[in-house]
Amino acid sequence: MAPAQVTLFTINPPTHIPHPTASAEHFPTFTGFCPFPHASSSLYSPCGNGFPRRRTLFPMLILLVALPILAFLAILFGAPARLTAIGAATINLILGLGSVFCWQSDAWDFSLQVLEKPAIHLAFGYMDGMSLVMVLLSVIVTLAAVLSGKAPTGSEKLYYGSSLLIAAGAIGAFASTDLFFFYAFHEMALIPTFLMIGMLGRGDRRGTAWKITIYLGLGSLVLLAGLVWLASLTGTFDLTEMKAAAGAIDPAAQKGIAALLIIGFGTLVSLFPFHSWAAPAYASAPAPTSMLHAGVLKKFGLYGMLRIAVPMVPEGLQVWLTPLLVLLLGNILWVGLVTISQKRLDALLGNSSVMHMGYIFLAIAALIAVPENKLALPAAVVLMFAHGVSIALLFGLADRIERSTGSLDLSDMGGLAKSAPGMAFLFGIAAMASIGLPGLANFSGEVLVFLSAFENYVPADGLGRVQIACILAIWGVVISAVYMLRAYRNIFQGPAVKSTEKAADLTLADHIPAVLLILALLAVGIYPNLILNLLPQ
Amino acid sequence: MPAYYLEALTVTLGFIILLAEAFVPAKNKSWAGLAGAIGLTAILVLTFFSIGPAAKPDAEWAKWPLWNFYQFDSLARFYKIFALLTTALVLLMAVDYRKILSRFTETPDSEEGTGEFYSLPIFACAGMMWMASAKDLAGAFVALELVTITFYILVAFMRRNVGSLEAGVKYLILGALSTGFLVYGIAWIYGSTGTMSLAALPAAIAGMENTVPLLFGIALVLVALGFKVGAFPMQMWIPDVYQGAPTPTTAFLSVGSKAAGFILLIRFLEPFLGEGSPVRAQVLTILLILAGATLLYGNLAAIPQTNFKRLLAYSSIAHAGFLILALAAWQPVTGNNVSSIEAVSFYLATYLIMTLGVFFILAQIRIHRDGEAIRDFNGLGKTNPLLALAMTVLLAALAGVPLTAGFIGKFFVFSLAATAHLWIGLGIAVVAAAAGFYYYFKTVRAIWWIDPRDEATITLPCISKVAIGTLTVLTLVFGIYPYPILELLK
Repeated sequence: MAPAQVTLFTINPPTHIPHPTASAEHFPTFTGFCPFPHASSSLYSPCGNGFPRRRTLFPMLILLVALPILAFLAILFGAPARLTAIGAATINLILGLGSVFCWQSDAWDFSLQVLEKPAIHLAFGYMDGMSLVMVLLSVIVTLAAVLSGKAPTGSEKLYYGSSLLIAAGAIGAFASTDLFFFYAFHEMALIPTFLMIGMLGRGDRRGTAWKITIYLGLGSLVLLAGLVWLASLTGTFDLTEMKAAAGAIDPAAQKGIAALLIIGFGTLVSLFPFHSWAAPAYASAPAPTSMLHAGVLKKFGLYGMLRIAVPMVPEGLQVWLTPLLVLLLGNILWVGLVTISQKRLDALLGNSSVMHMGYIFLAIAALIAVPENKLALPAAVVLMFAHGVSIALLFGLADRIERSTGSLDLSDMGGLAKSAPGMAFLFGIAAMASIGLPGLANFSGEVLVFLSAFENYVPADGLGRVQIACILAIWGVVISAVYMLRAYRNIFQGPAVKSTEKAADLTLADHIPAVLLILALLAVGIYPNLILNLLPQ
Repeated sequence: MPAYYLEALTVTLGFIILLAEAFVPAKNKSWAGLAGAIGLTAILVLTFFSIGPAAKPDAEWAKWPLWNFYQFDSLARFYKIFALLTTALVLLMAVDYRKILSRFTETPDSEEGTGEFYSLPIFACAGMMWMASAKDLAGAFVALELVTITFYILVAFMRRNVGSLEAGVKYLILGALSTGFLVYGIAWIYGSTGTMSLAALPAAIAGMENTVPLLFGIALVLVALGFKVGAFPMQMWIPDVYQGAPTPTTAFLSVGSKAAGFILLIRFLEPFLGEGSPVRAQVLTILLILAGATLLYGNLAAIPQTNFKRLLAYSSIAHAGFLILALAAWQPVTGNNVSSIEAVSFYLATYLIMTLGVFFILAQIRIHRDGEAIRDFNGLGKTNPLLALAMTVLLAALAGVPLTAGFIGKFFVFSLAATAHLWIGLGIAVVAAAAGFYYYFKTVRAIWWIDPRDEATITLPCISKVAIGTLTVLTLVFGIYPYPILELLK
């Protein structure tokens, strides 16, 4: 493994930074919009750094995981479903946001040995800022998801309970510091996803749900094979120790593991050509499920690539770099063109979500090609966050449009902006975010991704494969603009039709989740250092 | 208390219930099952206070020649507990299954002539307990026959039912055949080594030059034990017998009989897999081939099944494949990784919990919806949400979904295979697990996604309700905290 690789994933950030309360000048300062992480040297929240590490009695992270599960149990045994879910999600959001200010403290760490041989721990902790950002994404989208949808009468328990379980699984996976539970929590979240689509989905719910079940089930198994292989070579399940021991893995094994991990994680992230489950599943799923899965749970695969594949089998991944670049271009261009031809908004959003995964894979490819690439990891993380929030917003609003007008057929709508101006405004922001309008988080992410592809680029050497892929990928932005703007025009502008002329606008309660998500997009869009500063520099 | 009391007490309990049932004129036979379950639970408690000769070498009983045939270590204790627990649960299941059982007696709907159904499992249990303590091939053979002969009766117990009769005949013929293989194999092993004691075998085979006769004997015994555990190519009887036999018997066969087969397999293989054994490599190869074939056959043949009980039969073959793979990736107890014995025992313990839970539910479906097909589970999520949730958890565990006990068992097998570099075995196991995921979730799909054919809510009897609830919770608890089971093995 290249030595620079190790520093890129430092678990404990530099220790020279004093406690924030010691001096006000160490709070983050606004340095203007600058997507380059090295422009800012201030880290906020280092309450563990430079100070003796504190160990508090209560491991807080387990609370973030346990709270949704407890709320699920409460709902199962009769607590009011919607209220309990909203309550748990709100507390989680507060805890999650609060943790930003002291995430490097030991107070978050939790470890319970559940197996001796091999040593496996039920262990949680923020390994680095990437875990924190993913947990933040999870808690934000979870609250929006339980606030957004409307449960069919009689299915409230299932509806809100499943959402909570998906959230718990996602948070558990992102916060796990042990490979075993990293994998296990993700899988736990898949089951309620399948059930929700199969029971409460739209359209051909059974066929769709069966397809996602089989696809993701198989993908997880391929992934499991790769992870077990990796763990058997490193001899440990602790992610930190694994990374330290991974350097000794011989290239042949690296190659095999990398292939399994790309296919396994790739299937979970709908990497072309393993993507065909995603669009129909999101189109069919009830709103909170598609919000949580497309927004949060799917990021597990990308997170896994960044957390496990890239630092542990870098040489193996390099062997597969060219195929990976072809596949991610398949996501961006092929699926992009498929998206343009969609006739329904839900299918369009589902496909667009598949398409955008290509950009994040591009950042990962840039990191594989140039291990000392300082831009690629922040780029991937910012875009993961931005995409998660924006796709959740889009799915939430699409569901609201369908409830107002009874239709999502793009050819059969129009003029909704007159009867529902609030909806038009919020959907407009969401659509712009998805296209990548500056000022919204997706822009920061995409620009960083494109820049990261040109990191260490020497013009004299000509364009490398990553640069060529990047240049082709930039066309995806045009494709996004085409389908999103066309969808917006078809739904909101032009003469009103029967379904839209009397459509009800958003109520105050409908605004809350949308505004929550838009605030997150704006905050990161205007000041990306909010996320960049959390990441290892 | 010397450990051999446990089997003696179990047999005594069986005789008491058999005799009492003959003389008590009660029309309702449920008391026999309950008494059996309570008695077995009491014996289960006693296992914790039992000791072998090593714990008290001065006692008179410790010097008896009995201990040449009978051993008592933590593994024996584990499998005795296993047998007792399984039998107790099967008896409880039988109590709730009376309704179906009484339909196929001489005078339908009377429980006349069903009393033996509650005492026979206890004798089989004693046989399984002896198998767990096997130290000598002759003793092991006798214990195995006690179990097998009891099962001949239990399988064909609903003798007015054609399916049950057919199952009985098939089990009898193939069982007898496998007995022949076993005795013949033991004879070859005795002939080539001069001993039937498992403890003396390692010394007897060390440095052996011509290993062909010994390997022939081992192969024959493996065929016979493969019949017990349902390994390819001796799995032919399983689907028909499982489908035809009364559900509690099927559960007993699938859990108790299989586990007993595996403890015997472990005891039998241990001497041949030690360091310095001249046949180690060959035996491991045979095991790997058996494991691969069993995994592929069990899982792929399960995919098209529409009858749930038959599906469970194939699933039982499939699980046997995973267990044999753990043995093929032999890892001794000393080592940084989990050992093969621990993995197999843990897998079986979780298999007990999940499978018995599913059989409890299946028995209730049979009683209330009069069928055992997957479509009889349709819409269970609408009529009985909690029962459906339990079934989903149990099936997910059988499929090996993480955070359930089933995953950890499979995980052990995978990591053993990876440690032993059995890449082909690992590949087949992944394919097998994927197929398993498919066919178990086919039932989950029926439960949640398809509308019920029969809207009536199923009301569970008290015993089944408690049993299903407990087994489901245990599935989840051991999925996150497997320590207790592994602790029991130490």
